[in-house]
Amino acid sequence: MLSKRLIICLDVRNRKVTKGVKFKGNIDIGDPVEMGARYSDEGVDELVFYDITASAENRPCDIEMVKDIARHVFIPFSVGGGIRHLDDMRAVLLAGAEKVSINSLAVLNPKIISDGAKAFGNQCIVLGMDAKFVGVSEKIPSGYEVYIQGGRRAMGIDAVQWAIQAQDLGVGEICLNSIDADGTKEGYELTITDRIAKAVHVPVIASGGAGVPEHISDLFSKTSADAALVASMVHFGDYTVQGIKSAMRDAGVAVRK
Amino acid sequence: MNPIIVVDYGAGNLTSVFNALSFLNIQAKVSRNPEEIASAEKIIFPGVGAAGSAMQVLTNIGIGEAVSTVVKKGRPVLGICIGCQIILDSSDEDGGVPTLGLLHGKAVRFKDEPGLKIPHMGWNQVIYTKEHPIMKGIPDGSDFYYVHSYHPLVANENAFAETTYGSQTFQCIVGKDNLIATQFHLEKSGSIGLQVLKNFSSWNV
Repeated sequence: MLSKRLIICLDVRNRKVTKGVKFKGNIDIGDPVEMGARYSDEGVDELVFYDITASAENRPCDIEMVKDIARHVFIPFSVGGGIRHLDDMRAVLLAGAEKVSINSLAVLNPKIISDGAKAFGNQCIVLGMDAKFVGVSEKIPSGYEVYIQGGRRAMGIDAVQWAIQAQDLGVGEICLNSIDADGTKEGYELTITDRIAKAVHVPVIASGGAGVPEHISDLFSKTSADAALVASMVHFGDYTVQGIKSAMRDAGVAVRK
Repeated sequence: MNPIIVVDYGAGNLTSVFNALSFLNIQAKVSRNPEEIASAEKIIFPGVGAAGSAMQVLTNIGIGEAVSTVVKKGRPVLGICIGCQIILDSSDEDGGVPTLGLLHGKAVRFKDEPGLKIPHMGWNQVIYTKEHPIMKGIPDGSDFYYVHSYHPLVANENAFAETTYGSQTFQCIVGKDNLIATQFHLEKSGSIGLQVLKNFSSWNV
């Protein structure tokens, strides 16, 4: 039986894993390669590295870092941030990443999805999507709207419709981040996660809002999501990979040992 | 000891396989030279992507024949993912393509079933049907990492383990004599994947 996946997200700035903390801005918490290798040893199923300043600085993602990760981490990992075109995708994949994650770029230029899927295979292309509840309207029938550029720009696109369109264009996986839940530590946004997970036939990763292991068990018992993304709950030592996994197991979720 | 040759035919996971061997301090060399491959003492045959395009590259640069030579010489050969499918007689992918024919069988697609996502991607349990030296020390039922839409189908006597996805149980370790192949990705399966690579490096047929 296919296990549900626990994924750790590492935001990277200047080769340091960083995390936004309320009222304090970003604080650096460690080396991406060392942290990735440690989480892998602890039994996490997958890793995501986001080069969070690449887009703003209009430079490609840090390829040397990706190569370094690939020499030390032997579980699947994806890389996002600073992907501007097909050549950037190729560089990331050849450097050893399993998948490449695109977000704003895909909304502004959906053709990059089909081009990427054709060149490298659907399984390599992850769509990152930021969605926010704005109320049901004719334009936004699900009530959830797609935002880009880190949640700063509303696109007038319905989140469920965008997920279906992206799937039809060839994405292999969708990582859905709820802007409303992100940073609250009050649990994932289960409504939109389940709606999208049921609307598409590619795996859906839930992101934003995880604060305690029960949130992850809840996600899997109440929605059709395939994977859970966590960050601060493990970065600051509040919980461990095995602690979260044992909570998942206790809730009857299929988990990799 | 002579290095393990990792066969380079443009497969996407080549670097990951090489990185894993380097991490384990196992002597390895990447090669696309047919003569060098044919005279290797041990080879790993990696792969991701589609069987059709992989076969085309293999034939064009004469590597397919070199791999066959190593198998016929009785030297250890390990196939991974597409490398596990290309050793068979044929693949149903891309409308049907003849493959190397080093092991009787073919690669078939998962059957569609409601709610079943294809490709089969993620961690799934490997259940032994027979012992094999490369799996020594790995507990039965361990999770390995998969990404694939096709899987091998061979005679039971040539299968060593199976995995269940949806309602379908498929063979995930196949081989015969000095030839062994895994459908799952050893280079992405964490410490147990590395252990299998280590076992292969010390396997004497």
